Amino acid sequence: MSRLEVRKKSKAQLVVDNLYEDLERRIIASPPGLCPVDMTASFLKLFHAQTCGKCVPCRIGLGVLEDMLEDVLDGKATLETLSLIERTAKAIYDSADCAIGYEAGRMVLKGLEGFREDFIEHITNGHCSCHLEQPVPCVALCPAGVDVPGYISLIADERYADAVKLIRKDNPFVTSCALVCEHPCETKCRRNFVDDAVNIRGLKRYAADHCGLVPPPECCEPTGKTVAIIGGGPSGLSAAYYLQQMGHQCTVFEQRKELGGMLYYGIPNYRLPKERLAEDVQNILATGVETKMNTCIGDGDGEISFKMLKENYDAVYISIGAHTDKKLGIPGEDAKGVISAIQMLRDIGDGNPPDFTGKNVIVVGGGNVAMDATRSAIRLGAKNVSVMYRRRKADMTALMDEIEAAIAEGAEILELHAPQAIETNKKGYVTAMVADPKIIGLITGGRPSPANSGREPIHIPCDIVIVAIGQDIVSEPFERAGIPAKRGRFLAQKDSSIAEKDGVFSGGDCVTGPATVIRAIAAGKVAAANIDNYLGFNHKIESGVVVPEPRIENKTPCGRVTMMERNTTERKKDFNIVENGMTCKEANQEAHRCLRCDRFGYGVFKGGRVEEW
Amino acid sequence: MVNIKINDVPISVEEGTTILEACREAKMIVPTLCYLKDINEIGACRVCVVEIKGIERLVTSCNNTVKEGMEIYTNSPKVRDARRINIKLILSQHNCFCPTCVRSGNCQLQKVANDLEFGSGTFKQHITEEKWPMDFPLIRDESKCIKCMRCIQICDKVQSLKVWDIAKTGSRTTVNVSLGRNIKEADCALCGQCITHCPVAALSGRDDKRPVFSQNGMLNTRRKTTVVQVAPAVRTAWAEAFKLSRKFASPERLAGALRLMGFDYVFDTTYAADLTIMEEGSEFLERLKHKEDYQWPMFTSCCPGWVRFLKSQYPDMVDCLSTAKSPQQMQGAIIKNYFADKIHEDPENIFSVSIMPCIAKKAECALPTMDSTGTGPDVDVVLNTREFVDYMKSLNIDVYGLPEDRFDSPCGEGTGAAVIFGTTGGVMEAALRSCYYLATGQNPDPDAFHGVRGMDGWKEAAIDINGTEVKVAVVSGLGNARKLIEAVRRGEVFYHFVEVMACPGGCVGGGGQPIHEGKEMAEIRSKNLYFLDSQNERRFSHENPEVLKTYEEYLEKPLSRMSHKLLHTDHHGWDMPLAPKLKKR
Repeated sequence: MSRLEVRKKSKAQLVVDNLYEDLERRIIASPPGLCPVDMTASFLKLFHAQTCGKCVPCRIGLGVLEDMLEDVLDGKATLETLSLIERTAKAIYDSADCAIGYEAGRMVLKGLEGFREDFIEHITNGHCSCHLEQPVPCVALCPAGVDVPGYISLIADERYADAVKLIRKDNPFVTSCALVCEHPCETKCRRNFVDDAVNIRGLKRYAADHCGLVPPPECCEPTGKTVAIIGGGPSGLSAAYYLQQMGHQCTVFEQRKELGGMLYYGIPNYRLPKERLAEDVQNILATGVETKMNTCIGDGDGEISFKMLKENYDAVYISIGAHTDKKLGIPGEDAKGVISAIQMLRDIGDGNPPDFTGKNVIVVGGGNVAMDATRSAIRLGAKNVSVMYRRRKADMTALMDEIEAAIAEGAEILELHAPQAIETNKKGYVTAMVADPKIIGLITGGRPSPANSGREPIHIPCDIVIVAIGQDIVSEPFERAGIPAKRGRFLAQKDSSIAEKDGVFSGGDCVTGPATVIRAIAAGKVAAANIDNYLGFNHKIESGVVVPEPRIENKTPCGRVTMMERNTTERKKDFNIVENGMTCKEANQEAHRCLRCDRFGYGVFKGGRVEEW
Repeated sequence: MVNIKINDVPISVEEGTTILEACREAKMIVPTLCYLKDINEIGACRVCVVEIKGIERLVTSCNNTVKEGMEIYTNSPKVRDARRINIKLILSQHNCFCPTCVRSGNCQLQKVANDLEFGSGTFKQHITEEKWPMDFPLIRDESKCIKCMRCIQICDKVQSLKVWDIAKTGSRTTVNVSLGRNIKEADCALCGQCITHCPVAALSGRDDKRPVFSQNGMLNTRRKTTVVQVAPAVRTAWAEAFKLSRKFASPERLAGALRLMGFDYVFDTTYAADLTIMEEGSEFLERLKHKEDYQWPMFTSCCPGWVRFLKSQYPDMVDCLSTAKSPQQMQGAIIKNYFADKIHEDPENIFSVSIMPCIAKKAECALPTMDSTGTGPDVDVVLNTREFVDYMKSLNIDVYGLPEDRFDSPCGEGTGAAVIFGTTGGVMEAALRSCYYLATGQNPDPDAFHGVRGMDGWKEAAIDINGTEVKVAVVSGLGNARKLIEAVRRGEVFYHFVEVMACPGGCVGGGGQPIHEGKEMAEIRSKNLYFLDSQNERRFSHENPEVLKTYEEYLEKPLSRMSHKLLHTDHHGWDMPLAPKLKKR
């Protein structure tokens, strides 16, 4: 017997570790709509297997909790059982020796608080209210409900124009989304059960790049109804696209020179080239949508009043987005050289980019707009660009790909620093940023908060400060016209109508606050459907594309194709697109990774395909 | 054409053929359990799996199509093992007390299991139970449900009612009334299509045999005069269980069987069907005369499933229904009034039974509006064709020795026009034959209106009656009925007179008829009814001598006061649960 031995994992342990990885992916891709009580009971079984067996609460208590949850699920429990579950879980939390036990107790308590009504539903009615409304995960998670398996199968058949037609049934911004969508569709892709999510956005891009010119469908017979759409961003234009197809004449009122909203004025060219955005906009306009550019709705000089619109159109859709910046509220913020990210990106969009040659730039913020500002500043010639953020890099809300790209292009991430003051010279120009170093602290509301580090503030010399800490909505003119709002956001109902404002609808960022493109598009789609009904019609939007039957093929585990990018030294010198599309071979391989949840599993029974709306 | 090999035998089949159909063409049988062609092709039971060369996992044959060069193995050891395990899994959750089960011998699970050469060993049983109101005409037995989902699909896709849905989640997933409703609160039409498409006995009709046949039943205690009526569609289906030829299984032999069971009087509902034509036809001509006083079209009212549907889905159109009672209820009312007088019997001393192809009739006879004498229901008990057959079997009669017998008179004779009441288009055709006569005084060619025959779900015709063009339509299946109503409401179509039968193909395909796995029997049964019509010496309801005599002796004339009292009904006289979407408003 040796005194010490090098530890080596047993074969069984290696396999179990491997199974843990499989399980992690399986949990990530857990379908929406599962019964939370049933899931809790299943978790308990796992927790119980994890117990070391030393202490009573964990060794015995977790099993007892599991039994009681099974009783709830079998309809054998009473409200007294529920109370006993709660007291037992509390006792486990309070008295277990290690985290294996007390965290298990806490998770059960969290469930009791978070979905108590589901427990009660089981006890009183013998079932829960959960239902698989949309069994195809990607479709369920796409706010616009785009038929993802449908278009992927068309791409696999090299029918790119049909793929685009099918996407346009639910989302007219095919090219834009192909380039910049945050792709919530991929988060619970069932392919995760096998290996990794399908690169859905990449496939969409392949279709958008190879479809050729695909004209929009014929519009329905004109209804004689007119709809005014305030704001020519993704939400407004989506609503216009569908309403025009339904035969209602739409007029889009846009305050700026170009259509596209934040897609034009917020997203830099290197992510979404203007000519690619134009593909979507041209297709929308080809339906016959009218536009009034450089036109403001409001009560100022030269502006058209909301009242006038309301009187002259049969329905109004407000989709003004969130186009004003939030302020830091620190001394020196009005210094020369302090600009808002929104303003800067808008100037670039309008063809008046600032010149940062040789400048030291600090970007404040950790969201996608901050990354857009950072990477744009680099392209505008800045000597140094630092991103200052009061939490850690890992806590940033920007997509990890964007942060990585900014770093690759030379940006420095100054995490755990909160802006405290901006110093200026006599002429009022920025000279430095004073920042308060932070440490990461307690988790509140699901996110760790920055806490006092006890260290002295630091001084960072700089010439330009770009503020990218969020956007606000210019809601006042509409509030004055009687549109209800709460903290600047319009209070639209689920169907996007405004209560007690007959014929007025609203959606997109101005209702939700700054969100994603696809959510704005979805809001436009919802508004179009309900405005059509409001106008007394029930037109259907369909694609006419028949989706191919799934192939019978082996689904052998296979890596996910990721998108390649132009090399950093080249790309940071210009505003040309950074990302390269997939090759034909890559697209084909990736398209065949799709498991066709529309036809396998629950999808073949119910809800696999929504052919019209 | 696609060239494939099935069990190494080459065959060419049409493109788009499912593997299952290709195997059937090649006479290589693949067992199925949840599969229902065009309606339930969801591969839930995983029994129809086959092996495909080059594909690692098994493939369901019911919902995958053949591809060029495919090599299919329907019976490889891997396939057989998977099928056996899957069947054993289903059996572990199925109440397998087969000997007393109504579907024993006619159960697809039993058949597939029997055919699989099981050997010993089963999984531990976990049977679940659910409460069900056993007084409802439709019974669901959770312990037998195999979650094939056919009932959900039939109700959704064919009948458009969505009464059934998935209930519960995860491992507890089962089927139950949708939206968490109790069946009694649901807008179930009681068509019974879910029953006839259930592969096991999870769904069945309420068994009402006891009060008739048991030791304390009316046939044995003889406390009352027992009468029985038998519907047109029963005569074409009852003998299927005994594999009798259609020729041998004549209506007269059916009468013989009922007599043998001990009923005092054996009537044919065709008598009341002719009566229905007299009343409904006259009502239609009356409505035509005063067009502006009525909501159009006029709908037939002889199908209680349809009446339940209309009341629950389109309550604002209930006045479109003819006020005529269904033949069952006309016969019932005539028996306890006119016939009771004839035999000098008090109505409360008559026990009236009907043999029907229909589950909804079990609810209809119990409606508060169906008591014309004030002494109780005009029809006391409704038995379905299946209950009649089951009782026949229990008597251990040699069916080949069954004598033919005549139906009793009066109220026992019907014309050919009445016989076709049992099939889609039949009521319309019978009505048109007599309407033509009533309006013109002349008989048309009895086959003049053959345009409304056939199994199409929505048929239409325009008929010239005395210079007036009458537009008629015939629909069967409630999904088709809904399509027609929606088109009428949108103003896309206009009809004067519409016949609706809830079951696809009409009563011949009724929810109370014998069940044949995977086979729709309506068409073949319907042909038999048209044959019987063509053989009948009388083919016009207005020539039924017993009906004419009833008017002469008792009712006076169609739509008379007495007719209204006995033969017509107020469809507003009882409540039907509304469709969920109407309730919300």
